[in-house]
Amino acid sequence: MLDKAIIQQLQQIVGADYLTTEPADLTCYAFDATQRRYLPDVVVYPHNAAEIAEILKLANAKRIPVVPRGSGSGFSGGSLPIEGGIELVLRRMDRILEIDEENMIAVVEPGVVTETFQKAVEAHGLFYPPDPASLKFSSMGGNVAECAGGPRCVKYGVTRDYILGLEVVTPTGDIINTGGRTMKGVVGYDLTRLFVGSEGTLGVVTQIIVKLIPKPAAVKTMLITFDSIRGASQAVSHIVLGRIIPTTLEFMDSTSLDVVRKATNIVIPEQVKAVLVVEVDGEPELLEKQAQQILTIVQPFGVVDTKIAQNKAESDDIWKLRRSISPSLRTVNPNKFNEDICVPRSRIPDMIVALEKISSEVGVPIINFGHAGDGNIHVNVMVDLATPGMDEKVERALRAIFEATLELGGTISGEHGIGITKAPYLRMELKDKVIDYMRIIKRALDPNNILNPGKIFGTDGGQ
Amino acid sequence: MKDRQPKLKDYLHDIQQCVKCGTCHAYCPVYDQERREPVVARGKMALAQTLLEGKTEIDERFMRNLSECLLCGSCSNKCPNKVPVEEIVAATRREIAAQKGLSLFGVGLTQVLRRPWLMKLGARFGHLFSAVLFRRIPQQSGLRLRFPAPYIRRDRTIPKVAPHFLRDSYPEFIPGAEDRPHVALFTGCMINFMFPQIGDAAIRLLKALKINIHIPKDQGCCGVPALSSGSGGTVTELAQRNFEALGRTKVDAVLTMCASCNFGLRSHLAKIGGEAGEELAGKVMDIHPFLIKYGIQEILAHTPAPAEVTRVTWHDPCHLRNIGVTAEPRALLRALPGIEFVEMPDADKCCGLGGTFSVYHYDLSLRIGAKKVDSIASTKAAVVATGCPGCMLQLQDSINHAGLNCRVCHSLELLDRALNLEQSE
Repeated sequence: MLDKAIIQQLQQIVGADYLTTEPADLTCYAFDATQRRYLPDVVVYPHNAAEIAEILKLANAKRIPVVPRGSGSGFSGGSLPIEGGIELVLRRMDRILEIDEENMIAVVEPGVVTETFQKAVEAHGLFYPPDPASLKFSSMGGNVAECAGGPRCVKYGVTRDYILGLEVVTPTGDIINTGGRTMKGVVGYDLTRLFVGSEGTLGVVTQIIVKLIPKPAAVKTMLITFDSIRGASQAVSHIVLGRIIPTTLEFMDSTSLDVVRKATNIVIPEQVKAVLVVEVDGEPELLEKQAQQILTIVQPFGVVDTKIAQNKAESDDIWKLRRSISPSLRTVNPNKFNEDICVPRSRIPDMIVALEKISSEVGVPIINFGHAGDGNIHVNVMVDLATPGMDEKVERALRAIFEATLELGGTISGEHGIGITKAPYLRMELKDKVIDYMRIIKRALDPNNILNPGKIFGTDGGQ
Repeated sequence: MKDRQPKLKDYLHDIQQCVKCGTCHAYCPVYDQERREPVVARGKMALAQTLLEGKTEIDERFMRNLSECLLCGSCSNKCPNKVPVEEIVAATRREIAAQKGLSLFGVGLTQVLRRPWLMKLGARFGHLFSAVLFRRIPQQSGLRLRFPAPYIRRDRTIPKVAPHFLRDSYPEFIPGAEDRPHVALFTGCMINFMFPQIGDAAIRLLKALKINIHIPKDQGCCGVPALSSGSGGTVTELAQRNFEALGRTKVDAVLTMCASCNFGLRSHLAKIGGEAGEELAGKVMDIHPFLIKYGIQEILAHTPAPAEVTRVTWHDPCHLRNIGVTAEPRALLRALPGIEFVEMPDADKCCGLGGTFSVYHYDLSLRIGAKKVDSIASTKAAVVATGCPGCMLQLQDSINHAGLNCRVCHSLELLDRALNLEQSE
């Protein structure tokens, strides 16, 4: 519990209407999409960087944990107040401050919902490509903090590739600007990149300068089914070797196809063991040709069937198959451990084989799908935690999955971040020396470890 | 009467299906305004869960947070795990009422709802004093309250109580052709007391299709206002009464003209216990698809077009959208001679009424309504049609607040007028 004097000081900073300590409100900020629960002591809804600076100065002086929160839709616990303290909700700072068509940049506040921003720039014929699955409700600030990805990243890159500059409030309450409004800029260290993906541990982002590109004129969607995951994966490699980079290259393996077969009325022939959903974008007259090229390239790799969508309805139908996996997963078992490992794309078949082996050895269903184009696999360990001994089994499966990932030259998190859910596995991927340097950075910016303590490095924090 | 509605604990499994992903953020009209987790579905699921776990007290804030829901179903419609949010919110409200008693407004409301004679008396009284209570606003339909009444703000548009009530104006059976279906017409309170012209239109349309119409006089309220206030006993009592009234004669369908009544009647009949209730619930049907099924479009095709063309747009009532009745009303409007149909942006977004929600949170309700008015204004339509008298009330109030020159009506009124049925009677 924070003492009354501190609550009063916070009230003076943000106004009494923009702060709550009511238990029935705090309960609603105790969770994110990881479903773990930690109660904050107070929730504040600041309006601007100046207020946030005041809050952080106070928190730093009094050693109170502060946890920034956008939409609270993260999968690694980045916005959870695991040590209580102040939950800093940024959804009220949701203005699109500027869309500069001539320089193809935009300036936004962190609370803007990603899709709202995308629609706004697309109205100007511009394009902001990162498309995490949560884009209808996740915030730009959250996307920056976690360096969000999405299916389109295979062609366009991830959030960090579109952030030119930031306004950040540091844990000691300074308001600083990093980067700027130009494509080029090499003055000093690239602090912008340091803050992007720092999971709200180094500063609170209050303004974001975003790079935009022209909106592609058209998109073409196709569905290719294969008799094996190896065939599908070889097809992906050969599409890329053919120097075509599709906008999206989504795959479903036989485990996810089985789930969809069981949970929905979508008909998938039995001999189909893997599916690719491929999209290309660009000038409409070039797309048909490119689609045909892709179909020719993939032909030798055990193709069962192909389909090129001729209109929006047919394209929606293809996506329906891919999008039906997530909702179907819960028919397998009630509890989901959703990992987002990433391997070099040529190693996907090896990873799938490893996952099958782990699944049968540990005795837990593992369902896989994801972004074949960039090797990012969504691995879903589906269990019923009410079963005795299941916690231990899950732990064993996760460790084995991460070991296999790293052996194949991959990384344990492609999109979701470390937060608290992957903190216990950090040392599997990063050498002690690397972690030491990261902690030196954390300590330099946040000497009292008040900003999002316990994240990434575990509960011993940045100290 | 004993509350036979499900208890909050019966929903424990459903509540656990909420994985707090945040999808509800994207569809909640209240969150769109407020940006606070307590107003959105996953916040309410967290509250319901902590209540069941005994980890929270029902205090004033808890009650306020639970009252901030329109029960519009926008979230559960899009929920990846299909969590029945409205049902859980309603069950939590019943739990609050059970532990803390109904709110003063809730007590007054349920007293009236469970006594049709009292409602009628009130309505009759309301009609006699309409001239004193309401003043007409120039050039716009709808009326505004002249004197502040408890819980109702004085700048709120409330329609005048009708001079005749629907069920009083008709016999209990209007025969059609022998080979045509029999239907029971569920009038609902708002159409019975405030907008009988919608019922008149429906009856003329059904007569034109030679349908056999039953209008039992002892039917009552659908139970939605009681559900919204958390009075489970009243919901059960009303459902029982409607079951007896509507189930007396064997009919092929029970028709509703009000989207909310459709939801209330269907879900509450199904929960009174026994197969008969479920069977009758299965027959509850919105009138739009029924009219199409029995050939109204063929009649429309042979109707001459008037000289004047009116631009009309359609607002999807949440309770029609939730059951997938979205294409049929549009098809009917498009088929009308003399009407240019224009689609408004976000036609399926809630108008912000939400039953008792707008009584407790009128300002918030108006802000949601204002967004709807922007959508309507962008179409430059002269008329906005919808399929729910509750939405009509809210839309007209919001339009009046914005000073927009646009009239609200029920799609049945437009159909009736296009066919000129009133004149030909």
